[in-house]
Amino acid sequence: MPRYVLGRFFQAFPLLLGVVTIVFVLIHLAPGDPVLALVGDFPAPEEYVRKVREEFGLDRPLIEQYVRYVGNLARGEFGYSFVQRRPVLQVIGERAAATALLTGTALVVATLLGVGLGLIAARRPSTVLDATVSGAAVVGFSVPVFWIGQLLILLFAVTLGWLPAQGMVSLRVGPTGWDRVLDVASHLVLPATALALRLVAMTTRLTRASLLEVLGQEFIRTAEAKGAGPRRVLGRHALPNALLPLVTFVGYNLGFLLAGSALIETVFGWPGVGRLLYDSVFTRDYPVLLGIFLTVSLSVVLANLLTDLLYAYLDPRIRHAR
Amino acid sequence: MRSPFRRFARSRPGLVGLTIVLLLIAGAVAAPLLGASDPLQTSPAAFRPPGTQWLLGTDNLGRDLWSGVVYGARVSLVVGVLAALLSAIVGIAIGTVAGFTGGRVDAWLMRGAELFQTIPQFFLALIVVALIGRGLEKIIVVLGLLGWPLTARLIRAEFLSLKEREFVEAAHALGMSASRIAVRVILPNALPPAVVATSLGVAEAILLEAGLSFFGLGDPNLVSWGLMLQNAQGYLRRAWWMAVFPGVAIFLAVFGFNLLGDGLNDAMNPRLRRRL
Repeated sequence: MPRYVLGRFFQAFPLLLGVVTIVFVLIHLAPGDPVLALVGDFPAPEEYVRKVREEFGLDRPLIEQYVRYVGNLARGEFGYSFVQRRPVLQVIGERAAATALLTGTALVVATLLGVGLGLIAARRPSTVLDATVSGAAVVGFSVPVFWIGQLLILLFAVTLGWLPAQGMVSLRVGPTGWDRVLDVASHLVLPATALALRLVAMTTRLTRASLLEVLGQEFIRTAEAKGAGPRRVLGRHALPNALLPLVTFVGYNLGFLLAGSALIETVFGWPGVGRLLYDSVFTRDYPVLLGIFLTVSLSVVLANLLTDLLYAYLDPRIRHAR
Repeated sequence: MRSPFRRFARSRPGLVGLTIVLLLIAGAVAAPLLGASDPLQTSPAAFRPPGTQWLLGTDNLGRDLWSGVVYGARVSLVVGVLAALLSAIVGIAIGTVAGFTGGRVDAWLMRGAELFQTIPQFFLALIVVALIGRGLEKIIVVLGLLGWPLTARLIRAEFLSLKEREFVEAAHALGMSASRIAVRVILPNALPPAVVATSLGVAEAILLEAGLSFFGLGDPNLVSWGLMLQNAQGYLRRAWWMAVFPGVAIFLAVFGFNLLGDGLNDAMNPRLRRRL
């Protein structure tokens, strides 16, 4: 196990470097002066542009520029947003909590629902119920998340007027206490539902396929032969084994989830990183765009690392391997 | 063993998917015959609800939504199909080299595939388009170059198992060159999973293009479904039809290619059922 953990850490490192390299290449592939990508399409003061040129060594050989760039990032210097007149990392940091709340809620809801639906479908494969659930999963998998968001607004906010359509908080509610929690929760319902939909579909498909595979294995027959009832076989023997792949699936799909979140936040005016991304596209705030890409990619690499370690911990075949 | 065509003909998702895809293609090709006019033509008749005169209504500038939905199919299909084909070509080439060569080359290429599978595609595509500029061909190239890892992995896996088989040994014995064996003998047998992945790739590329357009990064000179939805966002309280119909169109296209992929999967890799 310790060797596995160490090995997995060493695997994550080249990925991190790869992400940074891609950003570096992008800065230089962009038409025009690379300084534009680092400063943004904004009338920045001449002296700042000169400072950036110096700091990144833009008149030096490429390899030196690369080393400097990696060094800057390693020190947490993600650049400066001239649109907002603040460091990029600070701008993104402020938005992270809102995005985490939205994606975290969607992830939990989607996992519970998806596992439940997958279980229902796999319990009686090839029946009408299974076909319905599986069919609904393909439908859910094919719906663009931001459009579902708009439909939910049309139905629950515009037509029925039950839930708020925009933002995370109401201005008239005080900043603390239960009222505030309920207020945020009521703002959260629609965007989290929209974001969860595609993930529910994917989780359902994965759970169903994984369960069917496990149910075909011999230890299931052994459990049945020992007299375990169908409920016990499914719940105690099959499900834990079938859910193992779901652990890595979560890490692997964090990128998709965050992409969906960017679109959903735009639809619902949710004050997270995704909304920031949308605004930064329009203001051509390239340092923030690059910063968001780096942060998201690094989170995905870390999430993959964590879920792989969790998988190894949960799977005795890896846990006890030397 | 039944032929793949007969198995496809018995796959209900496959047939439904194929029908949807063919209808969409026919509609996109025959756009002028379907009563669709210039989708960018503005008129004083703004915010007209769906009805007899405007089948799907009009938008804030009086543009006909039916024309937009029909012409938008061209953009979505062209982007989806060409991007997925580009991904397939790159993926097949890389998968072939990795699987046939093995060793260090294989290890490096698979590292690259891992990197590109880890990086969140939507964000990378968005940054690239924001930096190099909007345009249909740029979007196609960017999405195409992002989608290759799945195909490369599938092709590589096929190569690893196929290259030990007897018919490959026979080809060696006949004195065929290595590159000829890779391309002419093994590759045709390794293709089925890549075909499935390409169909699913079209669906994914259509969704990504819609997302980019919704972020205002689509081709500025063409009407596209994602752009129509972005426009609708500002008028949700005023004109529900502006949001509903373009979204239905995206859903149908994505749904069609996903079902087609499922059907192809049933037909060509019965043993790989539901793995993708």
